[in-house]
Amino acid sequence: MKNKVRELRKMRGLTQEQLAEIIGVSRQTINAIEKEKFDPSLPTAFKMSKLFESPIESFFLFDETYR
Amino acid sequence: MQIERKKSTVQLGFWTLSWLVTLALATFGPKFIWDDHSIFTILAVVVNLVNGVLMILANRKMFNHYDELERKIHLESMGLTLGLAIIVGLTYSLLDQTNLIQSEAEIGLLVGFIGISYLIALLINRRRYL
Repeated sequence: MKNKVRELRKMRGLTQEQLAEIIGVSRQTINAIEKEKFDPSLPTAFKMSKLFESPIESFFLFDETYR
Repeated sequence: MQIERKKSTVQLGFWTLSWLVTLALATFGPKFIWDDHSIFTILAVVVNLVNGVLMILANRKMFNHYDELERKIHLESMGLTLGLAIIVGLTYSLLDQTNLIQSEAEIGLLVGFIGISYLIALLINRRRYL
């Protein structure tokens, strides 16, 4: 799924390591999300939403053709 | 969280090692140590079985310390390994039953195959996601 996590993280001046620490996942997971190789769970998406102060759908872009 | 994770990894390492030792004891003990006394053999097998259960619980504990992506990678690898083990294991058994292979089918070969399959599946999935 397309997302703007990298953009929002950089806007807040956070490293992948710092974001991972706050969210409670590994740095590799943040990297995989940013590279759009992995879609996070709902709890992780909600934690990001709270941190970025943006609704989930504003940074995770659902595509109808997504399988 | 990292400390807990390290602790659970060390615990799994300990239980895996002790399982291997008790397996070796139950396998070679009757012949080389206690001269086929069945009570010692039964005891060794029970100890190995209990140790195996503790190893599984330690594995579960470690798994619970993984994050969501690590769990996904391991679960996909386990699923693939299980499928391969059933297919290859039954084919191997069939080859033995129909005498298409000269030697007896060895469970150790299947266990080795499972280990290698899991390792390869893990490497492929890590490459896919990381």
